[in-house]
Amino acid sequence: MKKVITGDHSVAYGAKLARAEVVAAYPITPQTLIVEHIAEFVSDGEMDAKFMPMESEHSVMSATIAAQAAGARTFTATASQGLAFMHEMLYVAAPLRLPIVMVNVNRTIAYPVGIWCEYNDSMAERDSGWLQVYIENNQEALDMVIQGYMIAEDRRVLLPVMPCMDGFVLSHTVEPVELPAQEDVDVFLPGYEPVYSLDPDNPAVAGSFMPPEYIMEMRRQTMDAVEASKKVIPEVGKKFASRFGRDYGGLVEEIGTEGADVVLMTMGTVTSTAREVIAEFRGRVGLVKLRFYRPFPSDEIRDLGSRFRAIGVFDRSLSYTGGGPVFEEVKAALYGYSDIPVINHLAGLGGRDVTAQEIRKMCELTLRAADGERVSRVNWHATRGVPV
Amino acid sequence: MTAMRDLPDENLFVMGHTACPGCGVAISIRNALRILGKNTVVYVPASCGVVFSATYPHAAMKVPFLHTAFENTGACISGLKAAYEKKGKNVNVVGFAGDGGTYDIGLQSVSGAAERNEDVIYICLDNEAYMNTGIQRSGSTPFGAWTTTTPVGKLTRGKREFKKDLPEIMAAHDIPYLATLSVAHPADFIRKVEKAKTISGFRFLHMLTPCVPGWKIDQAKSIEILKLAVDTGMWTLYEFEYGERKVTYRPGKMRFVKDYLMMQGRFRHMSDEDIKRMQGWVCRKWGQHYGEKGSPEVCPVELPAEHHAITEDHRGMHGP
Repeated sequence: MKKVITGDHSVAYGAKLARAEVVAAYPITPQTLIVEHIAEFVSDGEMDAKFMPMESEHSVMSATIAAQAAGARTFTATASQGLAFMHEMLYVAAPLRLPIVMVNVNRTIAYPVGIWCEYNDSMAERDSGWLQVYIENNQEALDMVIQGYMIAEDRRVLLPVMPCMDGFVLSHTVEPVELPAQEDVDVFLPGYEPVYSLDPDNPAVAGSFMPPEYIMEMRRQTMDAVEASKKVIPEVGKKFASRFGRDYGGLVEEIGTEGADVVLMTMGTVTSTAREVIAEFRGRVGLVKLRFYRPFPSDEIRDLGSRFRAIGVFDRSLSYTGGGPVFEEVKAALYGYSDIPVINHLAGLGGRDVTAQEIRKMCELTLRAADGERVSRVNWHATRGVPV
Repeated sequence: MTAMRDLPDENLFVMGHTACPGCGVAISIRNALRILGKNTVVYVPASCGVVFSATYPHAAMKVPFLHTAFENTGACISGLKAAYEKKGKNVNVVGFAGDGGTYDIGLQSVSGAAERNEDVIYICLDNEAYMNTGIQRSGSTPFGAWTTTTPVGKLTRGKREFKKDLPEIMAAHDIPYLATLSVAHPADFIRKVEKAKTISGFRFLHMLTPCVPGWKIDQAKSIEILKLAVDTGMWTLYEFEYGERKVTYRPGKMRFVKDYLMMQGRFRHMSDEDIKRMQGWVCRKWGQHYGEKGSPEVCPVELPAEHHAITEDHRGMHGP
């Protein structure tokens, strides 16, 4: 069935179709519609879940962790300050190996206070052990909630997954979305079978106080699980594609890269605009959609380094290293493998529109760098007082 | 009602835990779990309770145990209960949180859980300071008490503020059941835990729990001091059911608060004037709890007119 719905509504359908059993929630713009829709589903008896209207995001993530540890499939959603308020608890979920799915609707972190899209909320949580996938459209939002559980609950992974979706551009914008049939989702995603859970018939401790003799091994196990997800993610994607007919690729998606001189790497909704713009460059510029930021696709990036003469990297967040976090990690991945120019394109901070004009400029600068011209490594696009 | 001798011998909080001898928290947990039984799941926030019962790879509780952070006991027990409800399992979900984790950093979380009337038992183990981090003052620390952050110095001597009245705050949530307890009064203790176990909705059990190093007391005196807390009016045993207060034990004779204070190193520096102020505060509480004035030998005829929670510093700011 096709419906014309917002990204938030699409995510709520995803949680419903995935049969999330416990949904703890706290409102924050632009996530609010997600939890409103889920509250409606539950209130109308369309979704068989326990809806918990909590008193803060910190309590949302606490209740979610506890419910998941007790054996329930959980879902929640947040944004920006709410994600920051959960920070402490995010670090608990991954090493406890709890396959929670939480959508983050990307919104700028204050100060300055704004409600529009920037990635500085989720990217600040890159070291928490959560897997992060960035979403391009409302269909992908729904599909990645369902795939999120498949990835998270895979016994090789057992890690929480955070689909990240551009605030307003997707959350409050309607698009046609194909809603899969419940029977099909049930076959693809069976009920949650925890490896272990807190059960009075089989008592165990979750969350021990742990001396240094053991913590290195815990960290290494979590790292191994993140690495294992690199194999699981494309497998789940293929399986999903064969049942539902939509294939988003693995950790990255390549668009028109064959025979290109350079590639531009984008994330989220900017990718859609870039799909149009690269056509103007008659095959010289390819597009790479960075889907997963965790696990970070280092192997795929090294492969790009061997095939193209320059990489342009779009960042919607700033690391105060001079450039953006994706730029820094792309360079780190290429270190020792390739010395092609990597050009950072900062744009869209605070939710400023990233137009075709800026993307055209990103392509041009990346091409000029490939041709040996001295191009600034970090470029602030459409920023007053900063020439590009 | 079960008598002490009829409680099951099997402890669910077992020997080998690493709490101090005489620890009020450990004695309270052990006895509460004997009454609650095996069909119980426990959440403990950051506290001595985690260290002495769940240091990897050991476990001192024979029931499922969860720990995640400090300020979230109300939220975690809510989440546990939600999952069991969804799975159709009837389980006692219990949080054992300290005073710091309840009065201060956890107040939002406990208030949220109480307001939603979550079907859980919240047990506040009140040792009147942040003991696990090394005895820092909390909202529960009594007036005059020495802690490492209310030192006995040249200008100030111990804590200058009075203890926050948390049970009143919790009672204002209009929860199904609230009780104050002490393991030194076992019959009352058993009756209240049993009662909490049979009621559904949010149940708040508040236990005074002496801390040997934090209160600077003899490890053999925990129970004696608890008894004295009740006899002086520093702790009152009562229960609330939907806002209705009922005192469950009344001491035969009101004793001077000085007798309680002088048994504990944390109070021994207190001046006569501070002890008098403390006695005035206790007498006011006694009046509130028992519905009549304390005994005339103990309580001054005229209580100081000022509000006792206002400190000297605040008085200076607001004029005489």
